[in-house]
Amino acid sequence: MIFVDVLAGGVRGGTAILYAALGETLAERAGVINLGTEGSMLTGALAAYAVTAETGNPWAGVLAGALAGGLLAAVHAFMVLSRGANQLATGLVVLFLGAGLTAMFGAAYVGQAISPFQPYPIPVLADIPWLGPVLFDHDPLVYVSYLLAPALWWLLFRSRWGIVVRAAGERPEVLSTYGHSPVLVRYLAVVGGGLLAGIGGAHLSTAYANAWFENMTAGRGFIAVALVIFAAWHPLRAVGGAYLFGAALALSPALQARGYGFNQFVLDALPYLVTIAALIVLGRRRVNSAPEGLSRVFDLTPTR
Amino acid sequence: MRILPVLAAAVLLAGCATNSTSGTTGGTATGAPGTGGTKIGFIFVGPKDDYGYNQAAYEGSQAVAKAYPDLEVLTAENVPEDDNATRVMEGMIRKGAKIIFATSYGHKDPALKVAAANPDVVVLQQGNIVDGTVPANFGTYFGTVYEPVYLAGIVAGKATKTNKLGYVYAFPISQTLDNINAFQLGAASVNPAAKTYVVNTSNWCDPAKQAEAAKSLLSQGVDVISQHQDCTATVIRATEAAGAYTVGYHADASSLAPKGWLTGSEWDWGPLYTKMVRTALDGKFTGSAYNANFRVGLKTGDNPFVQSPYGPAVDAGTKTLVDDAKAKISKDGSPFLGPVVDQAGTVRVTAGTVPDYKTIESIDYFVNGVVGKIPSAS
Repeated sequence: MIFVDVLAGGVRGGTAILYAALGETLAERAGVINLGTEGSMLTGALAAYAVTAETGNPWAGVLAGALAGGLLAAVHAFMVLSRGANQLATGLVVLFLGAGLTAMFGAAYVGQAISPFQPYPIPVLADIPWLGPVLFDHDPLVYVSYLLAPALWWLLFRSRWGIVVRAAGERPEVLSTYGHSPVLVRYLAVVGGGLLAGIGGAHLSTAYANAWFENMTAGRGFIAVALVIFAAWHPLRAVGGAYLFGAALALSPALQARGYGFNQFVLDALPYLVTIAALIVLGRRRVNSAPEGLSRVFDLTPTR
Repeated sequence: MRILPVLAAAVLLAGCATNSTSGTTGGTATGAPGTGGTKIGFIFVGPKDDYGYNQAAYEGSQAVAKAYPDLEVLTAENVPEDDNATRVMEGMIRKGAKIIFATSYGHKDPALKVAAANPDVVVLQQGNIVDGTVPANFGTYFGTVYEPVYLAGIVAGKATKTNKLGYVYAFPISQTLDNINAFQLGAASVNPAAKTYVVNTSNWCDPAKQAEAAKSLLSQGVDVISQHQDCTATVIRATEAAGAYTVGYHADASSLAPKGWLTGSEWDWGPLYTKMVRTALDGKFTGSAYNANFRVGLKTGDNPFVQSPYGPAVDAGTKTLVDDAKAKISKDGSPFLGPVVDQAGTVRVTAGTVPDYKTIESIDYFVNGVVGKIPSAS
C-alpha cells in the first residue's frame, strides 16, 4: 500500500526533525532562537556515529550525540546570554562552526561500518493493519520520541518547571523578582534544546541512514526551526509538522518505486513547499502565540 | 589591502623565474614528448578518499608510483575545473614532470592549454573526448563502464525471486542511463521476466534520501538493489538488513553485505595508467593508440572498470552465464549490440549494429523492461 508506505516513511524520516523541533520549542519557549540547530544535529550525527563505530553500542552513540549537540548549543547560549551577541547571527555562526568541525573530524568515518539501531516491531501492535506498519515497526529512537513529545508538553504546560521556562520567554523581569535567574533558565533550555537536536542527528546517522557523510542533515535543522512556528511553539503540534515533512520526503521515492513518473523538480521541492504553505496558512495567526520575548524582533538580544 | 597587488606581482615574478629555468630540468630529453622527466603529475577534482571516482584514480596513481620507483609521483586533490587546474599542472611541470594525468571530465580545457604550451610534456585526460585532430602530445582515455554492469545484471536476473530489480541513482545523465539500461539488458538476457524499478535521489550523496529510496523499493517487492551514486553504504546496509541482494558500484563493498552481496563493478586504473606511462617514457607516445580518444573495454582489454568478486549467493551456473556473456561482448564489442528497444517499443539500435562510444555516451532513454520515467521538468 503506497499510502501506508508514505505514512511509515513520514514517521521514520520525520523523527530526526521532531527531536530537533522539540528542542527548539524548548529554547524558544525560554526566549532564545537557535538557528544553530542544524549544527547541533550535524555534530550529534557525527558524534553518535563515531562512538557507535568505536563501542559497537548505538545507545552509547546516542548519548554522545546528545552531549555533542548540547555542547554546540552551549556555545550559542554563552555568546547570546553571557556576551549579549545577536542571536540570529550567532546561530548562523554556530551552524557553520558545526558544519566545519564535523567535515574535518568526520572524514575518518566516511564509509566506516557500524552496528546500527535495528527496527523493533512492537508485538501485537505491529500486526494491526495500517496502524501497525505506520507507527509500531520502527527503531527504538522513534518510540522514545512518541513519549518525549507528550512529556515535554506536560513539563511546559502542567508543571511548575514549565511556568518558570515560559516566564523566561515571556516576562523575564517578573521571573527575576521571584528570585529565579532568567539567564540560567535560558542556558538550561538552549543546552537542553541542543541535546535533543543532537539526538535527532544521532537518529539520522545510527538508525535511519546508517552512514556518516559530510553535511548529511541537508537542512533538516532549519526545517525544525520553521516547524516550531508552524506548531505555534507547541510540542504536540510539532509531531504533526515533522511527520508531514517526512511524508512529503517519502512520497517521491514511493511513487518512483512503483513506476509513476511525476515532475521530479516538484517532487524534490514538495517538502519545502508543504512547509511554506503551512506557514502561509497558519503563520499570521500563530505568531500571536509566540513567546513574548521573541516578538522583540528589532532587538534580538534577549533581555537578561 | 595594498599589500595584495605587491604579493601578486612577486608571485608572478617568481613564477617567471622558475619558468625560464624549466628548459634545463629534463637535460636528458630525447625530444619525444614525455621523456626525460623526473616526475609524473596527477590532478584530481575531489578528495583522494571519497570512496569513489577520485579515490580510484588516486589508487591508480599509487600503482604507477610502485611500478616506476625511480620517478616521483606528484598528486593534487580538489583541483577545480578552471584555470587553477592550468596553474597546478604548470607547477608540476616546473618541478620536473613530463607526464601529466588530468583525471576529471572537466579538466579537459586546462589540460589542452597546458599541452599546447608544453610540447615536450604528455598530457592525458580522463573521460572526455577531443573533437577533430588530437594534439601530438595529448590523449583522452576512459573505460566502458556499462560492461561489468551488464554482467552484474545477469547475476541479478538469476538471483531474483520476485523478478523485480531496483536501481537507486543520483541524476539521469547518459553514463547513469547507460548503466541502468545495461543492467536491465543483462538481467533480461537470462530472465525475460525481470524488470528494473528505478528511483532517483537528485543528489550524488544524500544518505537520508537513499535510505528512503531503498525502503520504498524493498517494501514493494524488489529483492535485488543496485545503485549509481557517490556514497553507496546506506543503500547496501538497508538492502542487507531486509535480507535482499546487493549489486555494488564504485568499490568492493562485500564486507557491508556478507550475506546478500552478489557482485558489482569497480575501478582499477593501475594497469592502464602504467601502460600509458611506459609508452610515453619510451618516447613512443606520439602516434600510439593513447595519442587519440582511447576507449577500452572487454574487446580491447585493459578495461579499468572491472567486475567485483562474487558473493556466496552466486552459484556456478550463473558464473558460467557471465563468462559466456563476457566472451560474447569481447567478440561483439558492446552489450548494446542491436536490437535495443526503448520503453515505448521504438527500436533505438537496429539488429546487428554496434553503436559507437559517442552514441552510447549520449543515450537519453530507458530500454524496455525498465520501470520508471526519466525525470523531466514537464
